[in-house]
Amino acid sequence: MNLSRRQILVLLPAAAVAWKAVLAGTPEEAPNYSMSDHWWGMLIDVPKCIGCGNCVRACQAENDVPDGFFRTWVERYHVTDTNMTNPEVISPDGGKEGFPTAAEDAGKYFFVPKLCNHCADSPCTQVCPVGATFVSPDGVVLVDPKYCLGCAYCVQACPYGCRYIHPEKKVADKCTLCYHRITKGLTTACAENCPTGARQLVDLKNPHDPIHAFLKTHSVQVLKPQMATGAKVYYNELDGSVR
Amino acid sequence: MNLFKDAGHLLRFAALFVIAFLVFWAIRGFVVPRSFGQYGHYRGAAIGEIGARPLHFAGHDACETCHSDVVDVKKAGKHAHVNCEACHGPQAKHAADPGNVTPVKLETAALCVRCHAASAARPKTFPQVNAADHSNGVACETCHQPHSPGMDTPAANAGGAK
Repeated sequence: MNLSRRQILVLLPAAAVAWKAVLAGTPEEAPNYSMSDHWWGMLIDVPKCIGCGNCVRACQAENDVPDGFFRTWVERYHVTDTNMTNPEVISPDGGKEGFPTAAEDAGKYFFVPKLCNHCADSPCTQVCPVGATFVSPDGVVLVDPKYCLGCAYCVQACPYGCRYIHPEKKVADKCTLCYHRITKGLTTACAENCPTGARQLVDLKNPHDPIHAFLKTHSVQVLKPQMATGAKVYYNELDGSVR
Repeated sequence: MNLFKDAGHLLRFAALFVIAFLVFWAIRGFVVPRSFGQYGHYRGAAIGEIGARPLHFAGHDACETCHSDVVDVKKAGKHAHVNCEACHGPQAKHAADPGNVTPVKLETAALCVRCHAASAARPKTFPQVNAADHSNGVACETCHQPHSPGMDTPAANAGGAK
């Protein structure tokens, strides 16, 4: 085959494009798991939470979360009858070892477990300058630790305070909704260990998931709906004082 | 034609431009990960890597395959919906190698009050006790079998400790 210099110059870019396609191949995926069949979220049944801290301990054990940092935590609200807008909120060590005993007192108490809301239109993924954090095709907000620079833009952008910079790895870290568990058919570590069923993993693309009936029959909210983040952590009977 | 008299200069310049572009393309091919852009502006392979992280909690189904006797006791009682690892802790290593990895024995006294210590902050319908008044220092498991804590289940024969 005789190619002129000109023909080679024309062919080279075409060959480069083809070679890229050969290199790309197909990525590893968990067997029997198709990302397009799922759209993950979580249901938090606020009246069921007893503030035991099991979820916080389970999350730290499952995901090797360093001490003093939290992918999930529990807040205890105390709202007095006359001051809705200034509730007293405590979360000692993220609620990991439970809460101090509350004396019978005026007003109401309740616990609010918090975690990444796995927003569909997430502010944190939009500000990442290097494409290290993203919403996966099955609706989970993840961080690629090999790509993250640790610039902490996303930490500032998250309106729910769900991200931190890992003290040793120096990269952004957050709840993965136990992606390594849910892709294997297990539930998240926090939901697995919740003794009262206050936390439930939900798959919004699964027509048989009880979440659909639950959303129809209960008064369910997301946190900070005014920010239009597309949050997918649904709170049942959330009090208006929760921020 | 005078118009193309100096075209040679331009062609050399254009050739340089093409070479520079090909060098850029080649370097980019090495530097940008293969799966970048597969699903969006990120490295697609990261999804698989995050999904491959190790498990610590084996999950309730794993417990049930061997400990069906305890699970049956639990199902009949008030703790039916409390999963094993909620009290026993992460047991994926035990599930993978039951012969060599034995779960530690639990401190029942500390465990029960985590959920059942009386507090005005807890939901009113949830069973709570003031430990000092309730048992006067007697260990919980003397009266309550942890897997089925109702008083109708005799503490001795309800499975668990072996």
